[in-house]
Amino acid sequence: MWEYTDKVRDHFLNPRNVGEVEQPDAVAEVGSMACGDALKLSFKLDENKRIKDVKFKTFGCASAIASSSALTEMIKGMSLEEAMKLTNKDIAAYLGGLPDEKMHCSVMGKEALEKAIANYYGKPVLEEGAQIVCECFGVTDTEIERAVRENNLVSVEDVTNYTKAGGGCGNCHEKIQEIIDRVRAEVRPAVKAKLTNIQKIKMIEETLEREIRPSLKHDGGDIELIDVIGNRVIVAARGACAVCKASDITLKHFVELKLRDLVSPDLVIEEARS
Amino acid sequence: MKVVYLDNNATTMVSAEVLEEMMPYFHMYYGNPSSMHAFGGQVGRKIQEAREKTAAFLGASPEEIIFTSCGTESDNAAIRSAVSTNPEKRHIVTSRVEHPAIKALCANLATQGYRVTELPVDKNGLLDMDQYEKSLTPDTAIVSLMWANNETGVIFPVETAARIARERNILFHTDAVQAAGKLPINMTHNAIDMLSLSGHKLHAPKGIGVLYIRRGTKFTPFMIGGHQEKGRRGGTENTPSIIGLGRACELAAKNMSAEMTKVKLLRDKLETALLSRIKSSRVNGDIQNRLPNTTNISFEFVEGEGILLLLDEHGICASSGSACTSGSLQPSHVLRAMGVPFTMAHGSIRLSLSIYNTESEIDFVIEKLPPIIDRLRSMSPYWHSGQEICTVQ
Repeated sequence: MWEYTDKVRDHFLNPRNVGEVEQPDAVAEVGSMACGDALKLSFKLDENKRIKDVKFKTFGCASAIASSSALTEMIKGMSLEEAMKLTNKDIAAYLGGLPDEKMHCSVMGKEALEKAIANYYGKPVLEEGAQIVCECFGVTDTEIERAVRENNLVSVEDVTNYTKAGGGCGNCHEKIQEIIDRVRAEVRPAVKAKLTNIQKIKMIEETLEREIRPSLKHDGGDIELIDVIGNRVIVAARGACAVCKASDITLKHFVELKLRDLVSPDLVIEEARS
Repeated sequence: MKVVYLDNNATTMVSAEVLEEMMPYFHMYYGNPSSMHAFGGQVGRKIQEAREKTAAFLGASPEEIIFTSCGTESDNAAIRSAVSTNPEKRHIVTSRVEHPAIKALCANLATQGYRVTELPVDKNGLLDMDQYEKSLTPDTAIVSLMWANNETGVIFPVETAARIARERNILFHTDAVQAAGKLPINMTHNAIDMLSLSGHKLHAPKGIGVLYIRRGTKFTPFMIGGHQEKGRRGGTENTPSIIGLGRACELAAKNMSAEMTKVKLLRDKLETALLSRIKSSRVNGDIQNRLPNTTNISFEFVEGEGILLLLDEHGICASSGSACTSGSLQPSHVLRAMGVPFTMAHGSIRLSLSIYNTESEIDFVIEKLPPIIDRLRSMSPYWHSGQEICTVQ
């Protein structure tokens, strides 16, 4: 049995905005019966060009229905520019998370939204130059690339969970791996080139200043970089952080993750003991 | 909430009589059946009794019965023994609709250089017996065909198939996990060399299985260890479960006629009512050659997982061959092998009954299921109420 959150269950059992908008400004259909899920999205804008009315019809499992319902709730009242920025991760987060194998349901929501907005602007639907990689589920290279980039996917199995590509005959696994390798090579150029110690310290200090201090200061705390020895980043908690019992967690889960993400994946945070 | 359990091909309730029979052997009579003392010896005698009851149920002799831990272990023991006692033969014949226990095992052996023929089935899930006959070669070590399919209940003519294999000196194994208790099995009248059973499909507990091996069949053990089961399956006996299985076999023999009459009537009532109340629905699998307790129905334009979760809201337990419930992205290999169209395969559910189901439970499902399908169809972009037109390009 799938472990669905209460929110997924709620949106499946009591789906919001089921149906089709009358005289819609935009309509889109994604998926197919063969794939096992499909979503038809339609919306209408108000005089300020914000989404006034939005409805869906979905063929698919509980999480596909819940993702569609969540999507309609989320985009109601948004401008198209705002709606464009919505990612599949936002849909999954709104639902309190989806099982890995079901992430493709949130991707389907994102695709329908994109296609509907393109339909509104009268743009062609299939992105130019896109090639079908997975014949079984009709997934293109651009769709796979985007899923890899936005969700930081590392394996073919991840890609299958998020896009369904590779979930059928398996003939495209090699091509999917090539896409993953290519995207990952672009995404982390900073990691590939080995940083000198000076560069590393500079980047850490910049990241602390830009990404971390503002949120710490919000709570009356601060952080000071003491030293960088290899991949060990020695810091000291200051202000409210120095007396906060949760500062260990802040350091490990927030500061370290940020630094690993933005500077180098091998960094380890250590607190200077005075 | 009252549970209406219609998932008996997945597992069954341990019957009260079976549980009662087992209980003393956990806490009171816990001796090791292999011990020299009387305290253990009395358990040994009880196991012998269970072996005799199991043998009687199958029309076999007690020494042809090996107790294992489950159906999958029995399948593994049978096939692995067949290939290792026939080292010069490198070919296995099976079907496309076998249980994963056989399917995955054969796929694994294929990576070790065995040639595996997976016989196709027709749209009703039946084998082409001419094609089967032609698939047998002097290089064939073993044929393994299931007696009855777990998803559709379709019955294979395994006794005929076994005779054909015997004529060519080829070993024949059948996975009879779903057939046992629902169809008469008598090993004295057939040419099947090995047969697998599972306790928990028969109102005995999980974790107990049987491998029948015809006397005179060469056998090398899969589980190597102590002298238990005459050295054919090492490991201290699962005494309470073996004793429970013995009792379950006795009861199954007694209840066989009820399976063929009472259970079948309820299944037919359920199936007929659902087909007539829900349009664009159909039964998967051959109607004639089918287990009396199973129905696999497809409802077009909806997806199985949603049906199951909405049934679950009413306490009704069923299962589905849809992609979403299996964790893979494709519908069940059985429905695909039968060529069930995608529009139908994704919306398939299996309802499997037991002698413990009542008519009021069936009426309850007949009342609850049609509105569930309506509800999901009203959400489906492919369904247009009043018309049965599919809009897929």
